[in-house]
Amino acid sequence: MHVAPFADLSSGTVSSGSAAIEAVAGPPPAGRIAGLLHRYANPGRYLRLGDRIQPFLTWPALLLTTIGIVWGLFFSPADWQQGDTVRIMYVHVPAAWLASLGYAGLAVCGLLSLVWRHRLADLAAAEIGPVGACITGLCLVSGSLWGRPMWGAWWVWDARLTSVLVLFFLYLGHVALVRAFDDPARGARAAAILALAGAVDLPIIKFSVQWWNTLHQPDSITLTGAPTMSLTILWPLLVCTLGFTFGFAAIVNARLRAAVMETRTRQLLLAGTGAAR
Amino acid sequence: MTRKSRRLWLVGGCMLGFSGATLLTLQAFSANIVFFMAPSQVLASPPAPGRTIRLGGMVVAGSLHEVRADGKEPSVSFSVTDGQSAVPVRYVGILPDLFREGQSVVALGAMRADGSFGAEEVLAKHDETYMPKEVAAALKKSGRWDPRFGKPPSAASWNGMTAASVRGS
Repeated sequence: MHVAPFADLSSGTVSSGSAAIEAVAGPPPAGRIAGLLHRYANPGRYLRLGDRIQPFLTWPALLLTTIGIVWGLFFSPADWQQGDTVRIMYVHVPAAWLASLGYAGLAVCGLLSLVWRHRLADLAAAEIGPVGACITGLCLVSGSLWGRPMWGAWWVWDARLTSVLVLFFLYLGHVALVRAFDDPARGARAAAILALAGAVDLPIIKFSVQWWNTLHQPDSITLTGAPTMSLTILWPLLVCTLGFTFGFAAIVNARLRAAVMETRTRQLLLAGTGAAR
Repeated sequence: MTRKSRRLWLVGGCMLGFSGATLLTLQAFSANIVFFMAPSQVLASPPAPGRTIRLGGMVVAGSLHEVRADGKEPSVSFSVTDGQSAVPVRYVGILPDLFREGQSVVALGAMRADGSFGAEEVLAKHDETYMPKEVAAALKKSGRWDPRFGKPPSAASWNGMTAASVRGS
């Protein structure tokens, strides 16, 4: 009986009949991916998985962030020319990384929502949005506090700073758009389109410091080259980044679990009032 | 074609079109997105005197002259280079902490009739290298690097120099 109110949310697993037909006719790759996606689109299955992994996100987050921040603020050396101001980096860089990663997550959710009508992706996008907006705000504020003593300006309109500001507004737009409609499905659809269109900003942020000359320095850590920073600074930075990333995942997971339970509660209540009539 | 794959193609097509449009727009505005002009660009196509631009480059070693008078802001002159040509800059005011010879800077201002650049604001641009003070001191002492003539050597070449071994030497 308790499955019935959830038929709407888990429709993906129910409609596996069409996937079977595709399998006979030689499925396109999209069909196979869809089958895999729908396996994890079931909110009940996600809820069980999410409950189980929550402590494995929360505890590493607290531990790694504490180690990284203490290491970075008290035990890593000061930079030869920036002095102790360089320690802002231990907050600024993880925040900047998560701002982009969070938006990439929004874009993936948007794709899942638009193409596969993945209901869990809609819920996830609504929960990632505010967290991503906060971390992007932290990135902008910490960068501003760093820019004033080093560059001599709180803010400049260079390509890196402007593209991250645009990302911040995209997050705010997404947060507002998800909640702008009486029908949550329409809000989710509009927000998914915004998330996908806004993803164009991500490569612009990444390559802004290479394509145009900017006041912001180029990346110190790249996939192709050796890092241009001392290992005594790099290690605490990596620990901080890992800790922040776990923290981001922990907050999003906790919020998403709450959102799924909220949806389930609302549907049970609706089903209850319907039966009473 | 199923409904899902049609939606996938539609979303993919829209994304491609939108990315293309963005790329073309950025390409068209590329000259405006650039935060500053290099000295060789300024000399090759001189902007009209009085038009506000940003000039960016490295402060030439030995070019910094500062005149301090009591009760007045210091008057500073220095040259900015991109390795090909140099432009003399004049500025009245307090320079940022990171300002030094060999540092990259960005100056906001306009070209003057005498060919010098009158700056209203000077920003310091630091590079992407982060190194402990002891290592920088040791590199300078051993003569492997002089900050006045450009970027430090690659991190791999000095990462073995931990704080302890530097103090010991």
